[in-house]
Amino acid sequence: MAAAVPPFERFYEAHSTEVFRFLGRRVGRDRAEDAFQETFLRALRAYPRLEHGEHLRAWVLTIASRIVLDDVRRRRPEGELPELATEDERPAFEELAPLTDELPPKERAAVVLRYGYDLDYQRIGAVLGSSAEAARQAASSGVRRLRRKELS
Amino acid sequence: MSVSEDLDLRFREAAAAAGLIDAAFDLADTPIGTLLVAATDRGLCQISFDADRGLDELSRTFGPRVLRVPRKIDPARRELDEYFEGRRTAFELPLDVSHVAEFNRVVLDRLALVPYGQVTTYGTLAAEVGHPRAARAVGGVMNRNPIPIVLPCHRVIGASGSLTGYGGGLHRKRALLELEGAMLFSS
Repeated sequence: MAAAVPPFERFYEAHSTEVFRFLGRRVGRDRAEDAFQETFLRALRAYPRLEHGEHLRAWVLTIASRIVLDDVRRRRPEGELPELATEDERPAFEELAPLTDELPPKERAAVVLRYGYDLDYQRIGAVLGSSAEAARQAASSGVRRLRRKELS
Repeated sequence: MSVSEDLDLRFREAAAAAGLIDAAFDLADTPIGTLLVAATDRGLCQISFDADRGLDELSRTFGPRVLRVPRKIDPARRELDEYFEGRRTAFELPLDVSHVAEFNRVVLDRLALVPYGQVTTYGTLAAEVGHPRAARAVGGVMNRNPIPIVLPCHRVIGASGSLTGYGGGLHRKRALLELEGAMLFSS
């Protein structure tokens, strides 16, 4: 049986420090506080729709990643190179965000963290609470799913 | 780099201000131990002697968006402080008993009328709500009282004068009755 959704207080206490550090690295200390509030307010809005308490760490880091993207988008003057991992000078995440909406949560987190944020599978595995190999499989199955969608 | 106390508090306040939480709580230190005190927008909804179990219960009853927001609990904290200092004999803050079953609510409404410093029995309370043979059921209602102290189930004792039982442990029941100066026939 999947774990029940924990009281928000416990979820917040368990992940607030890690989320804050993640945001600090991505948007800098000055803007990390606003991004932190926004991340947990969004999490709070979505919380009643969660069906189980699995992978909450990956879930909240995905939310934080989207806040980072919004922040980068807002601040980046036209034409300037983005800071994020890119292949064709567009932020990879910018393309991934709308596409990954329909992926199962674990695959989505793996895809976003791998290709949007260039984390290695070791770290993605740690975030997802699984092995590096399982993270790699989740990402590649997510990518296959995205490809199928693109072709259809 | 860690979350400052100020940022933490600002998030909690913002969450409450945005109306995003099902129930707010805080821990309150009292002479009978640390209590988990919780409130919805309707009023005080839960007091628990065991904070961990209380948090789970709060989440099950009102929804998973339960968050510690100290300011939301200030009115209850104030009245509890006054009560424990012996300066308050009746609670006035609004209560939220919307999740309590009908029969239980009727019993708790009657319980609320038992005055400070006095005791009644399960049987008397049962008779007063029109079910004279339901003393045992009334005991069950006391046992599941979501807001002990404020809804004074500590003032309900056995017909023989024994303290019988208490969710927070008999030593707490005794302490509350002693605080109120209630006369006990036995202990």
